[in-house]
Amino acid sequence: MIIKQLSVFLENKAGRLTELTGILGNAGINMTALSIADTSEFGIIRVVVSDPEKALQILKEHNFSVNLTDVVCLMTENQPGALARALELLSAERISIEYMYAFSIGERAFIIMKTEDINRTIELLRKNNIELLKADELYNM
Amino acid sequence: MIWNEKFETMPREEMRKWQGEKLREMVERVYYNVPFYRKKLQEINIQPEDIEGIDDLARLPFTSKTDLRDNYPYGLFAVPMSEIIRIHASSGTTGKPTVVGYTRRDIALWSEVVARILTSAGVERDDYIHVAYGYGLFTGGLGIHYGSEKVGATVIPISAGNTKKQLQLMEDLGSTVLACTPSYALYLAETIEELNIDRNRLKLRVGIFGAEPWSDSMRKKVEERLNIKAIDIYGLSEIIGPGVASECEYQDGLHINEDHFIPEIIDPETLEVLPPGERGELVFTTVTKEGLPLLRYRTGDLSRLVYEKCRCGRTLVRMEKCLGRSDDMLIIRGVNVFPSQIESVLLEMGETEPHYRLIVDRENNLDVLEVQVEVGDQFFSDEIRKLEQLTNKIRKNIESTLGIGVKVKLVEPKTFERCEGKTTRVIDRRKLD
Ligand SMILES: [Zn+2]
Repeated sequence: MIIKQLSVFLENKAGRLTELTGILGNAGINMTALSIADTSEFGIIRVVVSDPEKALQILKEHNFSVNLTDVVCLMTENQPGALARALELLSAERISIEYMYAFSIGERAFIIMKTEDINRTIELLRKNNIELLKADELYNM
Repeated sequence: MIWNEKFETMPREEMRKWQGEKLREMVERVYYNVPFYRKKLQEINIQPEDIEGIDDLARLPFTSKTDLRDNYPYGLFAVPMSEIIRIHASSGTTGKPTVVGYTRRDIALWSEVVARILTSAGVERDDYIHVAYGYGLFTGGLGIHYGSEKVGATVIPISAGNTKKQLQLMEDLGSTVLACTPSYALYLAETIEELNIDRNRLKLRVGIFGAEPWSDSMRKKVEERLNIKAIDIYGLSEIIGPGVASECEYQDGLHINEDHFIPEIIDPETLEVLPPGERGELVFTTVTKEGLPLLRYRTGDLSRLVYEKCRCGRTLVRMEKCLGRSDDMLIIRGVNVFPSQIESVLLEMGETEPHYRLIVDRENNLDVLEVQVEVGDQFFSDEIRKLEQLTNKIRKNIESTLGIGVKVKLVEPKTFERCEGKTTRVIDRRKLD
């Protein structure tokens, strides 16, 4: 259930993101989900890819500051209130969310999140019948 | 081990007597052979025979880097060019390089002083010395090379560049001593880690590092990561190159080969000689050199002198590890800033790579200092908040060390070029206007 997400440090300078996606593309690595968090000085690219270990290796070779972060991916109905329910559960258990990002395909919504305690998060959500995506399912989506 | 017992353990009074005699001979040589010095000495009414002892040194005129440039290339040489068998030069950051020349005896003298510093670092004839200083006009490579041969060690003149091949040869040839700049040593350590080379396959035990200022915390880092003893050496081409001074095994100040290079500490403003123990600008007089003898050469380096006898048995005066050359010193909003102070802060924090660059600029008539620091994989958090906390922590630590406000910017790894020579750590845009 634990998803290995790539986190890459990028300075805010032109062309760096293009370079990053180009490197992954050339290596035949597919990106499933991507989000960018940035400040005026730098940004962090968070990306789920088809082969995290290989991507990590390649990006290191290209002098990116990169590491793997454990995240989970929730799957809910693509309708109002579904996400709110999951968040309420976490909040009730006082598990804080570091960040999250989401995408949807047709009827389904997928929410990738990093929390302060990934194992407790998984346990809690499963107990409450919230569907979690397996790592392989997400990598190969 | 001590290479030259006679001079390295000479009692102070005897040393002063020797220095006085050599000084008088030197003043005679420059008076008759170097028009620049004759003029300067005549201006203050000094004849060579007026020099009666070492105490007369303080009466003599100074020499500056500008004097060398003004007399470019051979104007200050004290022998005919037919006596010069070697030229070296140091690249100036501005304008012309500084050219230095050596007679056959100067080269022998150079080998002698480098043999001394190698011996004080613990190098013996059974050692394999990996000389990764650049060979060429830079004095680092050839200077260490000749001294190593004098000691009788096996020299591996690998010079600079091609790091992977260097590491391969270091392993295959069984190098025990590494001679290079401290920043290149750190780069080698990083490369060893990146390539997952088993440190136990390398036989390195000691490093001879110089040619750029480095802090004690950087020393710790190099010692830990390479698992060696890191010895600081000091030298500048104007005086001779490497071999002016070096630490002994106790790493408690650098013994100056003062029978050849007489040190003084002066107040850089008043030019008065300061009492022993006080910190000021380091000045050298090269009393035995033939090709380019310099009277009271102002190095621009800040240090202090310690005359107490060292635990190693040497009586040679020790100079404190240099904080930096005054060329490196930045004056920002009236405060003196050395790049090595920032390096120390980063190394002590241990939360970023010790690679940084300082950008000084002037905005609205106010100096601004930006410190750019490389983020390493091991320290990189993927949370904005934590990176911002890190940035703030670095900023606060630097500000409390320097006493001025700075801006800190995190940059990607390997942003700053690693080079074998001197690393450019400062970009001063104020000078461009
Ligand atoms: Zn000593």
